[in-house]
Amino acid sequence: MSDRPQIVAGLIVFVGLFTFPIWHARGGKPSPNAPDIKLPAQEKQCVAPVEYMRESHMDLLDSWREDVVRDNQRQFTAFNGKVYDKSLTRTCLTQCHTDKAEFCDRCHTYAGVSGPYCWDCHVQPRLTARRTP
Amino acid sequence: MKITRKDFLRLSGLGLLALAGKKAVRAFAEAAAPSASPQTIKRWGMVIDLQKCRQKDGCTDCVKACNLAHNIPQIPDRAHEVKWIWNQSFESVFPQVQTDYTQQAYAGHPIPLLCNHCANPPCVRVCPTQATFKRENDGIVMMDFHRCIGCRYCMAACPYGSRSFNWQDPRPAIPSINSDFPTRTKGVVEKCNFCEERLARGLRPACVEACPEKAMVFGDLSNPETEPRKLLRARFALQREPELGTSPSVYYLI
Repeated sequence: MSDRPQIVAGLIVFVGLFTFPIWHARGGKPSPNAPDIKLPAQEKQCVAPVEYMRESHMDLLDSWREDVVRDNQRQFTAFNGKVYDKSLTRTCLTQCHTDKAEFCDRCHTYAGVSGPYCWDCHVQPRLTARRTP
Repeated sequence: MKITRKDFLRLSGLGLLALAGKKAVRAFAEAAAPSASPQTIKRWGMVIDLQKCRQKDGCTDCVKACNLAHNIPQIPDRAHEVKWIWNQSFESVFPQVQTDYTQQAYAGHPIPLLCNHCANPPCVRVCPTQATFKRENDGIVMMDFHRCIGCRYCMAACPYGSRSFNWQDPRPAIPSINSDFPTRTKGVVEKCNFCEERLARGLRPACVEACPEKAMVFGDLSNPETEPRKLLRARFALQREPELGTSPSVYYLI
């Protein structure tokens, strides 16, 4: 019976270590704020509502990719009737998000998204954005 | 009411006949349907006039224009080189048509070579992921780099050597990167795409536009009134290895 203090102490240490992630997240420094992304200055409206783009831009880009490469369908009619070219580099990155590092990368880093491997092949247009006519 | 055996057999026979008739009508309707829109179905092709081509004098404007448009890496090692359009001597391209006289006329003449965009492409038949496929509405043999797994079956199947494999990361070997067209990665096969990205914008292929002698003529081979078809009517033309049954869309005027 003389081992009781040691067992209790051991249990306390064990429970403390086991629950470390929980109380560290609570008591530690507060979670960082939303990523500091730079929104395009001149355009107020994306090709789809913001909520949709935030959650599903990858699905949209995926379907654009299929449409352009496999079905030769290159025009995208947005929800507000505006027609866009289905192109990551010529539409997204040229017309609005001219700085990939301050838009795509900041949020991907914040969300811990490893990848995406778009940039292994696709090339970011030069920062001096050429506006397509 | 009681049905006799004879009536039963007669009725079931009639029923089967009606079913067969319906299927036949549907089959005929399906066979007739595609002929409704022949205008929208094209077959892009190219005619190269060897009498106009000045590659013998060192002109490689078509090759340079393609390299620039498609971010082709310049790798000196021939085992690793990547090429969409290149040239080879007449003797090696058309060994079967040589006579003493053509040898005199075309000896050592460099012939511009590119993907033939065959009507019956062997590369498409062997691709296990359908990364390479033939576009049904214009005959272009496309590469979907996203799907290519780098197995190189297509390279073994292509009788024209039109395909290149990226044995190394191509980016460091690209002299100036054009952001309008993606580069490729290591482990992907690539080839000429007939500038489908330019065709979509109503432009002609980069090589055709770059040729100072207008030796390359591009157009729809399915329409008898287009420029390439007029040339093919007027002059004798060669296809590369037509005996293989691939039916190339690139013709060479002698």
